[in-house]
Amino acid sequence: MTGSATAVEPRGGPLVVARVWLRDRPLVPLLLLLAGLVALLEVVQPGIVSVNWVASTMRFAIPLAILAACQTMTMLTGGIDLSVAVVASMSAYVMATTQSDIGWLAASLVALVPAGVVGLVNGIGVGLFRVHPLIMTISMSLVVSGAVNVYARSNITGGTRVPSEITDLGGQSLLGFLPNSLIVFIPLAALILVALRRSGYGRLLYAVGDNEVASRLAGVRVGRVLVVLYLISGLLAGFAGLIYAGVIGSATGRLVDPFLLPSVAAAVIGGTSIFGGRGGYAGSIVGALILTVLVTFLNVMQAPEAVRQILFGAIILAVAATYTRITEGS
Amino acid sequence: MNGLAGARSFVARWARGDTWTVGLIVIFVLLFIFTKALRSTYGLDALAIASLPVAFAAAGQAIVVISGGIDLSIGSVMALTNVIAASLLATYPELSVPVVILVMLIGALVGTVNGVLVVISRVPDIVVTLAMLFVWAGAALLVLGTPGGSSTPWLREITTGTLGIELVPRALVVLLVVVGLVWIPLRRSRLGLSIYAIGSNRLGAFRSGVHVEGTKIAAYALTGFFASLGGLALTASTGIGTPIPGPYLLLSVAAIVLGGVSLAGGRGGLLGPIVGIYILGIIRADLTFMGMEPAFSTVIQGVIMVIVVMVGAYLTLRRREA
Amino acid sequence: MTEPLLEASGVVKRYGSVTALRDASLSIRPGEIHALMGANGAGKSTFVKVLTGAVRPDAGTILLRGQRREAHSPAEARRSGMVSVYQEPAILPDLTVLENLVLTETPVDAFRTHLEGLGIRNLDLRAHARTLPLATLRIIDLARAMAIEPDVLLLDEMTAALPADLTAGVLEAVAAQRGTAGSVIFISHRMLEVAGLCDRATVLRDGSTVGVVDVAPGAEQEIVDLMLGPSADGEKRRAPDATSGPTATAASDATPRLSARNLAAGRNLADVSFDLHAGEVLGLVALEGQGQDELFDVLSGQTRPGSGEMLVDGSPVRFGHPSDAIHAGIVLVPADRSSALLMQRPVRENVALPRLAAFRRWGLIDMGEERERVGSAIDRLQIDTRAQAEVQRLSGGNQQKVTIARWLGSGVRTFLFYDPTRGIDIRTKAEIYDLVRELAAAGAAVLLLTSELEEIQRVCDRAIVIFGGRVVDEMAAGVADEPALLRAAHGLQSATAGDTSGTAS
Repeated sequence: MTGSATAVEPRGGPLVVARVWLRDRPLVPLLLLLAGLVALLEVVQPGIVSVNWVASTMRFAIPLAILAACQTMTMLTGGIDLSVAVVASMSAYVMATTQSDIGWLAASLVALVPAGVVGLVNGIGVGLFRVHPLIMTISMSLVVSGAVNVYARSNITGGTRVPSEITDLGGQSLLGFLPNSLIVFIPLAALILVALRRSGYGRLLYAVGDNEVASRLAGVRVGRVLVVLYLISGLLAGFAGLIYAGVIGSATGRLVDPFLLPSVAAAVIGGTSIFGGRGGYAGSIVGALILTVLVTFLNVMQAPEAVRQILFGAIILAVAATYTRITEGS
Repeated sequence: MNGLAGARSFVARWARGDTWTVGLIVIFVLLFIFTKALRSTYGLDALAIASLPVAFAAAGQAIVVISGGIDLSIGSVMALTNVIAASLLATYPELSVPVVILVMLIGALVGTVNGVLVVISRVPDIVVTLAMLFVWAGAALLVLGTPGGSSTPWLREITTGTLGIELVPRALVVLLVVVGLVWIPLRRSRLGLSIYAIGSNRLGAFRSGVHVEGTKIAAYALTGFFASLGGLALTASTGIGTPIPGPYLLLSVAAIVLGGVSLAGGRGGLLGPIVGIYILGIIRADLTFMGMEPAFSTVIQGVIMVIVVMVGAYLTLRRREA
Repeated sequence: MTEPLLEASGVVKRYGSVTALRDASLSIRPGEIHALMGANGAGKSTFVKVLTGAVRPDAGTILLRGQRREAHSPAEARRSGMVSVYQEPAILPDLTVLENLVLTETPVDAFRTHLEGLGIRNLDLRAHARTLPLATLRIIDLARAMAIEPDVLLLDEMTAALPADLTAGVLEAVAAQRGTAGSVIFISHRMLEVAGLCDRATVLRDGSTVGVVDVAPGAEQEIVDLMLGPSADGEKRRAPDATSGPTATAASDATPRLSARNLAAGRNLADVSFDLHAGEVLGLVALEGQGQDELFDVLSGQTRPGSGEMLVDGSPVRFGHPSDAIHAGIVLVPADRSSALLMQRPVRENVALPRLAAFRRWGLIDMGEERERVGSAIDRLQIDTRAQAEVQRLSGGNQQKVTIARWLGSGVRTFLFYDPTRGIDIRTKAEIYDLVRELAAAGAAVLLLTSELEEIQRVCDRAIVIFGGRVVDEMAAGVADEPALLRAAHGLQSATAGDTSGTAS
């Protein structure tokens, strides 16, 4: 078959070799970036990096990493879920307002119901009606944020309190350094990682994102895949809201809203293509850690809000651009 | 050739080619009649001025979406130009005309920066403009830490009230004149065709001799320009500068979807999204008249959007199958 | 000898670690029609991109009228006198025809003249390009290119899958260029066209120019030998299997595997009926836009028929989704690999994809079992897997093999091939023909649409011809030579019309 394939031959140049090596190991530069940021932080404020600091960073990063899972999986199919933040806020708020009547566990489960419903509606819109995911999830966030406001009005008498079980889970650490939320996050992350690589459903997410027409021709019912995907995304978002309420120790109707764009940023920094078909969850987890450390760094620098936002944006862009260059390799 | 017949055939051709926009206008007229029946004192001027900033945003978003991109930073750019205008007008009230022109240039420049970054970074538009959303919002905070500054009287005057009869609010006239002056000559020009071309098929456009990168940058520059008009309209209607981006990103994207602009690029115009904004505005006004809480009317608006996009997508699906 | 109009020499182009062109050269005389030949992966398309300025070469020179040309885009190449027309027309679907002309600064009157010369009259220039058939767009693209009277006109697979009537017009128009000031570079997989049209041919192999041939009687074999290289013994090994008819006649008494009864869909498919039996290869011939696209969409479950019915093993079936068709053992192999493959994914995932579609397979994958299954399919089709990390790095022929490999050993009993050899080199074509026959011999039923009429006698047992959305003729492969098929495809009465035994109802 020598005649029919384009000749492939490795070509010299240490730069090219390094790039090819990096392209196959996208996590390496991300971990280096993370380590660099941590080192820089220690230089700027000696002594800040401690066991406690690591635990607290992880506590803050975990809800973001869960939201980034929603973006990673939807982006793999070429979609996006811009309703995750309002859904997370909604779940946190519903849990905090119902727990005094029905207890923390039932309240948490009840709080996941509307999250699942929103995800299901998103999935039906995107998967069955073929609405553009950006549009569908933006529209649903309008509905959700309005609905949370309406709910808040009607619930003016009942107080909001985050039960101690949830704050223990989100805000406390085992033996002083192992965040309790890791206990739920590690199995969850492992499940997502294995599912994306080794399960039929995970493969289908990549397949749909790579080529929807081809997937359909191969017999994949793309609509069903997407309905299930956005349902999962909604449930995960609700779950992230509960954890974050535990980290903060209180809940309002807009608690998690500011996490929307960082959740997208974490997935993008982690190397998942917004056009679908490429990427994975491991990068998104590191992306969430990088963003969390970055926020700490900007706080430590006592940068004014304006500068923090500008730097935040610039760093997202720089990482995405670098990443694009490494993976394209041309 | 008979001029009237010529005009009629032009309108007929346009209506055939753009049934979606015609349908939107019909819906708007019906909603307006309904609103009048609900409350006879209702005039278009309140709607027009309230919708002016977001109508400019929708027009700007439409241009970049037609070119195959999207600008998530449009709300931040509006906030930035809004605070620049308000603080400059507070400092140099006598130089109001140069200030307004300068703000428009800044808008175009900011858009150019977005476009250049999209082109040279090779990162998807949505990611670049997501990052720039933070950058421009931060820049707005640098200009004005808290709401402040001031407007200039003529900005308010040209956008408030009506021209003679009640059906012609000044804000609508300003909107149509500005958008028309920019868009109608552009649409026919090589640049305008190029904007549609790169949105329609990048490779085909390149092979047709279109300078793809330059056109993309120009489209972002135009979007930035319209965003600055939105920022100026905010200055005019609020009288101050506010450094926090409003919900204009959401609304502008909602408007282009309602307005029949394809998110895939290449299709649609500016009129549809503008009518879309007016429809969203009048629905909100109606709900308020009917005594609905603002929070609840947000829900209704969102539900309407969900239904519209689902029905729209469903119709597209059916048309493709038929 | 006159001075060459266009001369490229020593052209080198690398993509990362892949060398696409090692040493490509080309010399075009004024007024000649020059073929550029090469198997898939020979670097032909890269060379075309270099010539048209779409990519910059790493080394080499391009001289136009003796002047060094530095074009960095198709637009600059166009200004320097070189215009190209591709298989995929560079007409923008969302603009009107007129706007497309304005965009490329094409003189409208000259465009109209050429368009009429190519056989398209009364075109509404204000029509949006997306509303026009693909074949028309390609003719528009050609007329537009000719309208600016370029020094060098480059036609890249211009006639592939073009209906025969339009092909004739194109070839005529190209032939008329001979002896004028302008030259034509003609790229086609169809050897007959090259033999009939071109003056000389430059042959590429493995990124290098390996020969320039004067096209004269007997030159075809020389070109093929050059394209295939020293090791290959060309096509001759695989003589047409003209005696393959009997299998079908033997099976025709049994219940057909797949029957179409008065199928209609969309605007083009009016009323099509046929029977497809186990063990036979049924050829399907049609000019562009005669309803064959709709027919394949309906048979493969992509769209529902407007009326009529389908029977599998004698029982009526209704497909709402391709997975229904697959469940009934019917699969489509499309011509366009980009609508069949996950281009960024590995060969393995592409081959394994159909198995994962069912809900019950959404769980964990047995990787060992998958490796085994995929490995055996790859072996059977001799897929070159050196670049298997991403399917897009494979050559076109290997990609097509991957689209077929995924259905082997998966219980598929009916294959719908839609022009499977389009744009594929001769060697892989022959392998695909063999595979189709093997599938039929193993009991599969095959419906094979082809735009290359000689494939009918080579691969099929029987052929049906569709014209105007109806089956207008059916013939045994033995009598289905190109003239007979062409006449039927144009709706002309066939000499063998009496031979429609049984199936056309």
